[in-house]
Amino acid sequence: MAEGDALIAAHVLDYPYSRSVGPVIGAFLTGLRDGRIVGARTPSGGVVVPPTEYDPQTGEDVGEIVEVGPAGTVESWAWVTTPGPKQPLDHPFAYALIRLDGATTSMLHVVDAGSPDALATGDRVVPRWKPAADRIGHVLDIEAFVPEGASGGGAASGGATATAGSAAGGAS
Amino acid sequence: MSPAPRARRPVAVVSFAQAHNVRREDERNEVEMLMPVVAEVFANIGITKDDVGFICSGSTDYLVGGPFSFVTALDAVGVWPPRPESHVEMDGAWALYEAWVLLQEGEVDAALVYSFGRSSPGNLAEVMALQLDPYTLAPLWPDPVSLAALQARALIDAGKATEADFASVAARNRKAALSNPKAQVAHDRSVEELLGEEYVVAPLRRHALPPITDGAAAVVLAAGDTARRWCERPAWITGIDHRIETHAPGARDLTVSPSIALAAERAGVGDGPVDLAEVHAPFASQEGIVLEALGLAGAGGAGGNGGNGGNGGNGAGLSVNPSGGALAANPMMTAGLTRIGEAATRIWSGDANRAVAHATSGPCLQQNLVCVLDAAWEGA
Amino acid sequence: MTMLDTPIHLEYTFTPGIAQSRFLRGLAEGRFVGQRCPVCGKVYIPSRGSCPVDGVPTGEDVALPDTGIVTTYCVVNVPFAGQAIEIPYIAAQVLLDGANISFMGLIQEIPATDVRMGMRVQAVWVEPDELGPTLASVKYFKPTGGPDAPYESFEEYL
Repeated sequence: MAEGDALIAAHVLDYPYSRSVGPVIGAFLTGLRDGRIVGARTPSGGVVVPPTEYDPQTGEDVGEIVEVGPAGTVESWAWVTTPGPKQPLDHPFAYALIRLDGATTSMLHVVDAGSPDALATGDRVVPRWKPAADRIGHVLDIEAFVPEGASGGGAASGGATATAGSAAGGAS
Repeated sequence: MSPAPRARRPVAVVSFAQAHNVRREDERNEVEMLMPVVAEVFANIGITKDDVGFICSGSTDYLVGGPFSFVTALDAVGVWPPRPESHVEMDGAWALYEAWVLLQEGEVDAALVYSFGRSSPGNLAEVMALQLDPYTLAPLWPDPVSLAALQARALIDAGKATEADFASVAARNRKAALSNPKAQVAHDRSVEELLGEEYVVAPLRRHALPPITDGAAAVVLAAGDTARRWCERPAWITGIDHRIETHAPGARDLTVSPSIALAAERAGVGDGPVDLAEVHAPFASQEGIVLEALGLAGAGGAGGNGGNGGNGGNGAGLSVNPSGGALAANPMMTAGLTRIGEAATRIWSGDANRAVAHATSGPCLQQNLVCVLDAAWEGA
Repeated sequence: MTMLDTPIHLEYTFTPGIAQSRFLRGLAEGRFVGQRCPVCGKVYIPSRGSCPVDGVPTGEDVALPDTGIVTTYCVVNVPFAGQAIEIPYIAAQVLLDGANISFMGLIQEIPATDVRMGMRVQAVWVEPDELGPTLASVKYFKPTGGPDAPYESFEEYL
């Protein structure tokens, strides 16, 4: 009960949306399920990742779907010391804009780097995939990106669990 | 690109009111918050709701979790007999734009614009994530602070700003807010002290973030002689334009704002000297981007963050955010309209002659509106 | 992949505001509390704190009886998720005596075919120990058996 005159009550909204994804985002999600990252080629020769049905700058239709990465370069990053309950990792991590090899735009994802001291703009990162059996065609089929070469992590290391990440929880 | 549209019919901001901005409105619902604000915006100029021919509002129902609550908010105005009315799920600055367009058409001579944002009932970080692409961005639940931090680091990496610049912007805005009785956060702290704060999301420390605010604001627009009758020194809108960029932050250069630059050009910011800017930069790291794109960087009291020079007409006389801006109070869907109101207030008082007001929406300054206000209709 | 599940779960702390809180607290005491507009004199229940005609605060509380009339109604025959009452049932707009706005209530203790516009009804409250600040404090409205109100007396509330 609030102080004063007004009542308060807990109130929950659930939107159980199920969205049709269309052929372009569908190709991206199918790729993730299969352990590949794909983008879309634009008329001006760019490669948009994640792909959109249109060139984000000009609105023109995109063309063929092409595979990119899986490694990429950190273009910018933000270190989250206290993750929210819905955020992808339960210990400190970075949101990062990652320019995957072969792409001309950056993809937002998370980097499980352990500590902000272990990450810098320009660093090379690779995806840490969920085990193939657990992948459903979702952007979080990639659990996180990790620094290239860090603790043997790599593009093919399906079931790798957090490495530096669990140590970082106590470090911050 | 078609030639820049210029206002054909003189339309001015003639009244403004805002609620006291607070972290949490525990007691009042949206109608109860809005009623005194709407009453004040009419009483300021001695009119009633019967004197305005159009009502337009801006809000988003996700904030309080009451779908279509914007409809019941109209109870704060009273819409009998039935009124022409519209709503945008955007900042009230865009509602003002819609009202301005209608006034240009000559259908009506005056309009009420209001907006409200109560962020306290929900989890603002989660609510704001829902404005992002639902397939590849929202499932990652990036919060507004993290997205702004990506932009801030891009600025630092590009050599366009430093963390000290962000602290300097925060210190100046919050000090200015000491003279704003409606401000939520106001204090006089040194840059050194602010730089001693912890990171919230590095490279942004606590001071670089806007407060979470419950608030409401209202404006009356009037045309021609109606404006002159209601206001001794109307703040004429000589140009107004808004532009949006792609929703994908990874497809933008986050260190610049081509949407602001284009809106500013089309609104005619550079057509004359500017002595006041009220810019809607929720994060301290964003003010430099906004001022540079407006062509006002490096001028007057803005401090600067390495932006390369203002336009020719804008020298030392520029005042930036005397209200404290969105760092003093950031009611969602409202802080942009408040910038227009704050700028107009200073034209009415004679403190400013030609002002630029800016509003933003979306992550990392994705969408922007620029409004030029002038004490003289044919002043420039 | 052709579909993507994107469930959204948002938690809020909701306040109905000052005026509606008065209405809800009244229900917890087994009574109806409305508010009067100081300009037009109309009595709203529940009041949201404002006269939607005049746009002014409705400051004055008005105690209303738990009797009134059915202005209009419908017979619900369609089952839906979360339905708490057996079909068919009557959902009616009830105009309390002394009020200038109707609100929705259930009508029971009468066959659906016998419900009429203008029929006089009275609230049936839950047991005193079950009363709370919620419309669920009113179980339903039942016919009083009194004479129907003439159509002209409530046509402006339809």
